[in-house]
Amino acid sequence: MPLYRVNVLIENKPYISDPEGDTILKDLVIKGGYQQVRSIRVAKMLRLEVEADTEGDARDMVRRMCDELRLYNPMLSICRVESVST
Amino acid sequence: MPTRIGIVVFPGSNCDRDIYHVLRSVMHVEAEFVWHKRDDLHGYDAIVIPGGFAYADRLRAGVIAAFSPVMQGVKRLARDGVPVLGICNGFQILVESGLLPGAFMRNDSLTFTCRWTRLRLSVNGSRTPFTLLLEKGRVLNIPVANQEGKYYADEDTLREMERNEQIIFRYEDNPNGSIHDIGGVCNEQGNVLGMMPHPERACEVMLAPSPSIHGSASESGYGDGMLIFRSLVSYIEHRWAS
Repeated sequence: MPLYRVNVLIENKPYISDPEGDTILKDLVIKGGYQQVRSIRVAKMLRLEVEADTEGDARDMVRRMCDELRLYNPMLSICRVESVST
Repeated sequence: MPTRIGIVVFPGSNCDRDIYHVLRSVMHVEAEFVWHKRDDLHGYDAIVIPGGFAYADRLRAGVIAAFSPVMQGVKRLARDGVPVLGICNGFQILVESGLLPGAFMRNDSLTFTCRWTRLRLSVNGSRTPFTLLLEKGRVLNIPVANQEGKYYADEDTLREMERNEQIIFRYEDNPNGSIHDIGGVCNEQGNVLGMMPHPERACEVMLAPSPSIHGSASESGYGDGMLIFRSLVSYIEHRWAS
């Protein structure tokens, strides 16, 4: 069965405060001379390798798994599942 | 029948022995450890899920533990009205299991925060078995120790929790940025309580570093955390008697 690469991006909803992103922006990036950067949000990415018949099947299975096993907390975060062409 | 309390132990739990000490040596009730692979919890009068770092907080505090066999047993007991107390990481596990509403985030400070806090009871004590002996508005001195301790719930959920009187404790001195100063919540039924501060670390006066935080129970030689465990035991004994 073919192996597909799928990325899962877990990030907090846009209205949730992100003190880590704010600190990186204010105390490193802007102080370091990159004033053009307007915002930074920290997120988590999981890189998966998945056996499936098709790329679509791989993506659907990962999506289902993320919801069922709470890889993200839906109260707080959103979760994007993207397949990566190899 | 003697009171029998189960203390759930996950790989990474680290407050299990503190709770055992309080229940056995301070409260003089029967307590035993329950390994996370067990799913039959029949016969326990109450369950305590202790603090620590179950599964090293990997992915997100509490989420991996929430899928362990023991949580199936805890859910069955919770459904039957048996008191379940989750402290710190135990609170996070109850949230991730869906037994309590909400979510946890990293503290606003982004650092591990370990300090004494003042916690106010926002409802009547009779709302949960763990607050039975307390009057509404009572302030307890109990320490927190957490890094992902910032409680969050969306506005709709908060409104519903307010309506159902599920917000049990609020910090007087919010240590981590928790929304609405929330430090402890219960389920709709009231038998499942999650709290971030550690009452087991505030049961004996010798553990409080200064007289100002000994708490109002200190004249009896005990700290304020003792009121949580005394309430629970009193609830169980009353239930047996009735």
